[in-house]
Amino acid sequence: MTALTDLTIAGMKAGLAKRDFSAAELTAAHLTAMAGARGLNAFIVETPEIATAQAAAADAALARGEAKPLAGIPIGIKDLFCTEGVQTTAGSKILEGFIPQYESTVSGKLLGDGAVMLGKLNMDEFAMGSSNETSAYGKVISPWKAQNSNRELVPGGSSGGSAAAVAARIAAGATGTDTGGSIRQPAAFVGISGIKPTYGRCSRWGVVAFASSLDQAGPMARTVEDCALLLTSMCGYDAKDSTSLNVPVPDFAAGLTGDLRGKRVGVPKEYRLDGMDATIAKLWDQGLEWLKAAGATIVDVSLPHTKYALPAYYIIAPAEASSNLARYDGVRYGLRVTPPGGNLADMYSATRAAGFGAEVKRRIMIGTYVLSAGYYDAYYTQAQRVRALIARDFEQAWAHCDLLLTPTAPSAAFAFGDKADPLAMYLNDVFTVPSSLAGLPAMSVPAGLSADGLPLGLQIIGKPLDEAGVLDAGLAIERAAAFTARP
Amino acid sequence: MTYTDNGNHGSYRVKGDTGDWEIVVGLEVHAQVTAQSKLFSGAATTFGAEPNSQVSLVDAAMPGMLPVLNGECVRQAVRTGLALGAEIHRWSRFDRKNYFYADLPQGYQISQLYHPIVGEGTLDVETDDGTRTTVGIERIHLEQDAGKSVHDLHPTMSYVDLNRSGCALMEIVSKPDIRSPAEAGAYVAALRQLLRYVGSCDGNMDEGSMRADVNVSVRRPGEGFGTRTETKNVNSVRFIMQAVEVEARRQVELIEGGGTVVQETRLFDPNSGTTRSMRSKEDAHDYRYFPDPDLLPVEFDEAFVADCLASLPELPVAKRARYVEALDISAYNAAVLTADVETARYFEAVLDGTGAPLATAAANWVTSELFGALKKAGVGIEASPVKPGQAADLLKLVGDGSISNSIAKQVLEVMVETGEDPAAIVEARGLQQVSDTGAIDAAIAAIIAANADKVDQYKAGKEALFGFFVGQTMKAMAGKANPGVVNERLKAALAG
Amino acid sequence: MSVDDATVRKIARLARIGIAEAQVPALAGELSAILGWIAQLGEVDTTGIAPMTAVIPNHLAWRADAVTDGDVQGKVLANAPDATSGFFAVPKVIE
Ligand SMILES: [Mg+2]
Ligand SMILES: [Zn+2]
Repeated sequence: MTALTDLTIAGMKAGLAKRDFSAAELTAAHLTAMAGARGLNAFIVETPEIATAQAAAADAALARGEAKPLAGIPIGIKDLFCTEGVQTTAGSKILEGFIPQYESTVSGKLLGDGAVMLGKLNMDEFAMGSSNETSAYGKVISPWKAQNSNRELVPGGSSGGSAAAVAARIAAGATGTDTGGSIRQPAAFVGISGIKPTYGRCSRWGVVAFASSLDQAGPMARTVEDCALLLTSMCGYDAKDSTSLNVPVPDFAAGLTGDLRGKRVGVPKEYRLDGMDATIAKLWDQGLEWLKAAGATIVDVSLPHTKYALPAYYIIAPAEASSNLARYDGVRYGLRVTPPGGNLADMYSATRAAGFGAEVKRRIMIGTYVLSAGYYDAYYTQAQRVRALIARDFEQAWAHCDLLLTPTAPSAAFAFGDKADPLAMYLNDVFTVPSSLAGLPAMSVPAGLSADGLPLGLQIIGKPLDEAGVLDAGLAIERAAAFTARP
Repeated sequence: MTYTDNGNHGSYRVKGDTGDWEIVVGLEVHAQVTAQSKLFSGAATTFGAEPNSQVSLVDAAMPGMLPVLNGECVRQAVRTGLALGAEIHRWSRFDRKNYFYADLPQGYQISQLYHPIVGEGTLDVETDDGTRTTVGIERIHLEQDAGKSVHDLHPTMSYVDLNRSGCALMEIVSKPDIRSPAEAGAYVAALRQLLRYVGSCDGNMDEGSMRADVNVSVRRPGEGFGTRTETKNVNSVRFIMQAVEVEARRQVELIEGGGTVVQETRLFDPNSGTTRSMRSKEDAHDYRYFPDPDLLPVEFDEAFVADCLASLPELPVAKRARYVEALDISAYNAAVLTADVETARYFEAVLDGTGAPLATAAANWVTSELFGALKKAGVGIEASPVKPGQAADLLKLVGDGSISNSIAKQVLEVMVETGEDPAAIVEARGLQQVSDTGAIDAAIAAIIAANADKVDQYKAGKEALFGFFVGQTMKAMAGKANPGVVNERLKAALAG
Repeated sequence: MSVDDATVRKIARLARIGIAEAQVPALAGELSAILGWIAQLGEVDTTGIAPMTAVIPNHLAWRADAVTDGDVQGKVLANAPDATSGFFAVPKVIE
């Protein structure tokens, strides 16, 4: 029999339903795996007692025949989600010891559906990063190694703890958040699936804000179906989030077919960058063949403003962040540093100097600069205009196609320290940022391996609210790619 | 800003050593919107609660908390705008004003800079000397209030209470149309009056429900605007007038002494009656406004505006005119009765009872008798022990001749003391007016008999004595005789 | 776009992030590089294009005016570094 930790969520559900094993056993197996994989540093806080109690509750519900859809499924929660009574830090020292008195809507929905929380997953500080090197609680290490190399690799970011834990079979699934690619890029780096739904599908209430107009929660799991199961639970209108979409949520897992007959898949020519990694280019073509085999027709499309997505993103996201992170001032919660004899202003400066890491400070300063008097229109307003153009590019593309297929990231996972220059790091999000700016659903599925044996993902982008279409294309790729490589 | 002087202003001048100076004032009035809950959270807004008890996790800016707009605040802002005859913007938006302060938990105030909900309007004001002028309204926007810092409880620490944090404010920005301390005071009083009529702000300045940022500059008459200063959070009409006066004088002295006015934020100290620079607010004056990404634009349709308009009560200017024209009330009384919404409400409830024919009598009675009695009792009209229905009953007793005016005064005294109905008082004390000619004739006969000499003098032409006979008769009737009947019967008896 | 040391100090002050004088030149270099790269946005002709206001078309819902929250002083103060008599305490503010 397969190890319990190797099962998919769908497999776990089936086994639990048949009482092949108990939720307690399933959780225990994951807690053991978690203890054995501490070297990855995937968790900031482990919550075995909570998990054990929730598993017992799930077993009781299963016994009564009243099990909720995710009863007994052990998952990890990214540390950006506020969890009642459990430390939530957003990967930052400035929130060390912060115990929320409330549960984020999304984590609350998952737990309300019976999921078991294993702990809080490590991440780039305030979700700012693509490698998990910016966490104040130490970097997360990918369970993968390149062939013939012993170098430790990044799990991607910012949902790097989520990615590493799911790939290493510590958690069956995990929550991630995606502002410019923070679900999709790490999923691609560790060979799992992850979907960022349409902006507004998942409530942002209780999720520590990075960039409000971009932040979206989403699931990360080892199969497309598992993502669909988690996504169904996570989505839904929330009156506490004014940007939440008041639209019905389908049962994404039940609707999955992988059938793409009648679907047109667009290939945006601007994503074929000069000097693109040959393996990735080949995998992309391969992916198009797979989708064709599933019934799709392939069309060429143009997204002319793609080139400007990254610079627009690096204005809008830091601008919003510079304001969102102003609340970390040492007054009401979190770190406070007061220099001897210092006044309030001194306390602010010292607290924020000590509490924020270098990348967060850098982005706050960029954001502060672009919003400051005399620069606002040239930077921020122009970026929002360009953003409107990028969204229009996608709208125009939808006249010719139903979905888009692109690579998820320009490279496979890299080693720590390889992208020390912030700009080089930012360029990692080149394929994921445009759809974030347009608020579109997008997912990454593992599709193949790089020349040195590291996972590579393909990205599917859909129309607003067409998560179902995105998941179907994801499933078609998953079936055709038959990705079975493991760390 | 383009501005044309409407030429209607008083000729107030600051006398300097080098000549006369004109002052230019614009006011930014912060009025707390009347609402049960805060602008973006469901926490209560009542005044004077335990520190940090009326605070939600949203108001405390806990990580991941999000604003949700209170529709009532939108409605009240629109109603206020309509009452000022202002442009209502069907599309507005909230921006973040970023700055750090202990009582500003988010590190930004959610306000409206670029697209306020209400645009230009006007307010007519009248100063005590009767000068009328129109002050332009630049805009009204909705924004969050900050919390409160208490500085005097500890030698080295300040204490922060967030109860006010997030309460809805309307910032009502005037054009720089005000030219004297008196006009500034009259403007704020008129605005307060209007807001209380509309019901969008209780106007309670003691509790901070209304306070003004006072922008003052001085110039030689006819010249362009000078550099202005902004004196923050002045919280009474008198202080606003004082702040205008002392700040203008300070600027004149500064300029005449060879100095220049610096654009800065100042604080008014009511104890010393001076303003001083607020240095802590001066550093880093760059608010980095940008649209709040947690909120979408505020949009509403014509029907919503129409509903707001339909919900407006009759406003003070219209009411005052109607009192004079339709009810024949004196201009003075009309002004007094409409000065405050509570008085007007009371008066109209009295009219509901008496009917329009007694309007003039009711107006006289409310402004003289009732006001006098309330003043003596030390209570406001909203707490009057005499209810409007009772007042109407009393006026009707006078009107139909059941009691005389002088008896009415006595009855009112009892009403104020006991809260009893006037009819019951009249009945219990036997104060009904006597119109029975038998009783009156008997009294007259007795008086004539007892004063034969005076009757002769009267008959000989000393008609002034008629008053004597009336007085004697009324006295004999204990004041309850109907004066008309007394007159008539006396004339007949003396003629006999 | 090149950011000088004075600008770095000014931004850091606005953002209330204390920075050591020794960090300033390095930060100036980093910020200049990033802002220089961002500046390519200026190439885009955005004439007649309205800045984006809603990512996905959506309508702002309004709350009914009712007291549904607050009265949670304990929760509000639970994580405070310094709370006294129901207040948050901070180093003295000078106005
Ligand atoms: Mg002001
Ligand atoms: Zn204001």
